[in-house]
Amino acid sequence: MLTRRLLTVLALTSLFAPAATFAQSVSAKPVEAGSKSGAASKSGDVIKIVSSLPRTGSANAQTTSMVNGIKMAITEVGGAIGAQKIVYEDWDDASPQRGNWDPAVEAQNADKAVGDAAVMAYIGTYNSGAAKISMPKLNAAGIVMVSPANTAPSLTKEGFGEANEPAVYRPAGKINYFRVVPTDDVQGAVAADYAKELGAKKVFVLNDREVYGKGVAGVFEKRAKENGLEIVGVEGIDPKASNYKSLVTKMKQAGADLVYFGGTTQTNAGQLAKDISSGGLRAKLIVPDGCYEKAFIEAAGNRALEGRCFITFGGVEPKALTGKGKDFYENYKKTYGGEPEGYAVYGYEAAKVVIAAMQRLYEAGKPITRASVLEEVGRTKDFTGALGTWSFDANGDTTNRTMSVNTVKSGEFVSVKVVN
Amino acid sequence: MTDTEVFLQQVIYGLSNGMIIALVALGYTMVYGIVELINFAHGDVFTLGGFLALTIVGGLGAAAVLDMNTLGETSNWMLLFGLVVGAGLFCGGLNVAIDKVVYKPLRRAPKLTQLVAAIGVSFILVNIALFWGGVPMDALGGGNAAAAPKDFPEILEGTNLLGEESNVVLRLEDVAIFAITVPLMIGLTLFVKKTRLGRGMRATAQNPIAAKLMGIDTDRVISATFLIGGFLGGAASVMWSVYNNTISFQMGFRAGMDAFTAAVLGGIGSMPGAMLGGILIGLIRAMSDQYIETQWTNVVVFGVLILILVFRPSGLLGLKQREKV
Repeated sequence: MLTRRLLTVLALTSLFAPAATFAQSVSAKPVEAGSKSGAASKSGDVIKIVSSLPRTGSANAQTTSMVNGIKMAITEVGGAIGAQKIVYEDWDDASPQRGNWDPAVEAQNADKAVGDAAVMAYIGTYNSGAAKISMPKLNAAGIVMVSPANTAPSLTKEGFGEANEPAVYRPAGKINYFRVVPTDDVQGAVAADYAKELGAKKVFVLNDREVYGKGVAGVFEKRAKENGLEIVGVEGIDPKASNYKSLVTKMKQAGADLVYFGGTTQTNAGQLAKDISSGGLRAKLIVPDGCYEKAFIEAAGNRALEGRCFITFGGVEPKALTGKGKDFYENYKKTYGGEPEGYAVYGYEAAKVVIAAMQRLYEAGKPITRASVLEEVGRTKDFTGALGTWSFDANGDTTNRTMSVNTVKSGEFVSVKVVN
Repeated sequence: MTDTEVFLQQVIYGLSNGMIIALVALGYTMVYGIVELINFAHGDVFTLGGFLALTIVGGLGAAAVLDMNTLGETSNWMLLFGLVVGAGLFCGGLNVAIDKVVYKPLRRAPKLTQLVAAIGVSFILVNIALFWGGVPMDALGGGNAAAAPKDFPEILEGTNLLGEESNVVLRLEDVAIFAITVPLMIGLTLFVKKTRLGRGMRATAQNPIAAKLMGIDTDRVISATFLIGGFLGGAASVMWSVYNNTISFQMGFRAGMDAFTAAVLGGIGSMPGAMLGGILIGLIRAMSDQYIETQWTNVVVFGVLILILVFRPSGLLGLKQREKV
């Protein structure tokens, strides 16, 4: 009797605990970008740049693309600043049991970066929720953090999240977190404006209950109301559900003619799109940039998206980039032999802005330390990069505000509108 | 949509989802009934069934599957039937192999050892699925993102059987789930009730030592149980894939959790209990999504489970357990 009870308890706990704690594929393969190899990673000898992006899960293709961008930025300066070699490490912040970013792994990455004196810059994260974990740790250690993809406004601006945000991420009292991508207060608004343009009247707003998804869905909802659209429902979905057919029925009953989902491919946007299509809900679907990746089209299948789904993205599609962006696009294709994902150029830009700061320090004859790099990155002004000419504002956000609305045709993303 | 239509629709979805859960739950409950092991690897055997089905469909070529609609419905049903049998045999065989290699040597070991071994097997299978997802094949998205969800083609035509104008949607997939799961369940019940091997199973479940003394080849009975449990899991994975049109290496986790809950709800060890539990969980999920809120659905499901376990510790249809010494 006792054994059986113990069994049941054990069985239940092990079900709720992550089901699979197999070898974590934290792929910490150092990329020897310089000429010398096997250099000891001690401060002054090499400059270490690390990235913490999801390598396990459907965001992996997107990450590969961003990592390629980072590598390109390093290669372009010959893999060194003066005599100091740049060593780049590509860290995974996801785990197989979650198939998505994992708070434990992200925390571990941040600690590892803090503990390694050679680490001068931390590029990441992809998910805004993950940034919340590493931001305070890196802030306390004074390491500059540049995110190529976080869009949650609450990370840098007051009034979007909890009362203690963003101060809670800045225990040292200084700003160490920067991002090269426009935030969701812009993105959610662009989506709501586009919803109106599509002629929607009744909108059902869904989110995945994560920092990013809930945040962008909240902005959308507010702006949609201002635009005179009726919000017929707001719900948080279970990102691991096998399907959303019942929810689709509920949205049908509510008479929704447009569904907004604040979420990503990893939080099941593909399945939602499928169930809207198969459940006979005649409504358009708008999703944010977390779905602007080929994995989303692969997961949802073209038939569920074409003519129905619109994806907002903080920038323009890679092939529409101009100036240095166009050079980047051409070089990327030449080097890696494939189309870059939407965020590749942001990975490139994030690394580029850090390296540019280091080079300015080197040219001025100043030492490259965590403190000097942090200060110099913060001074970035009128930086001409692949995303045009932009600066970091007082919050550490980019002044770039370019947004695009995209749709899917024959299995490819097609841009329908660019908003500046 | 009127309230009645909404209710009817949720019943359809609840039953369809529930039937699939019930099939998986049978695998848990049968194995538990015979060897008193909660086979945590079952959910992952289910996952591999889905991957096999997609690989077969992909191997036939996307064009061939798209042609199905022009070839007519018979061929679609034939393909579905073939997949159910193929994935079923594969999962059944895999389950038997796992039993032979891992569980059998541990049969007399403490229950905890067996349980931990089952969890270990589960990890191995999840990783195999992850690896499988990375096989460079068109159907698997070229294998570029091993862990990404994979699109499963629509094998059955997706039109609404109640007419395109009807608010209530009933698709061939819903019908297929009934057409495949109900006969499987009836067949299984008859098999256990009427055949010699079925009698052997019931006897072994009641008392393995006495059964052995009576001349029942209990090893054979155990293998047969794993085979049948695995077969049902494989069949369920095909139905799941056809119904949701997506597979991923993690699909077995949620399916396994739902099915295990269903088995406990109905009374672990009881076959009618697993069927009832599965269908109930499907219905509770649908109703909670509709009338409460999606974000509360898991709370509702597990709340019901806790309530039932408090008032009926052996589950809804659970048998009075024999005392273990």
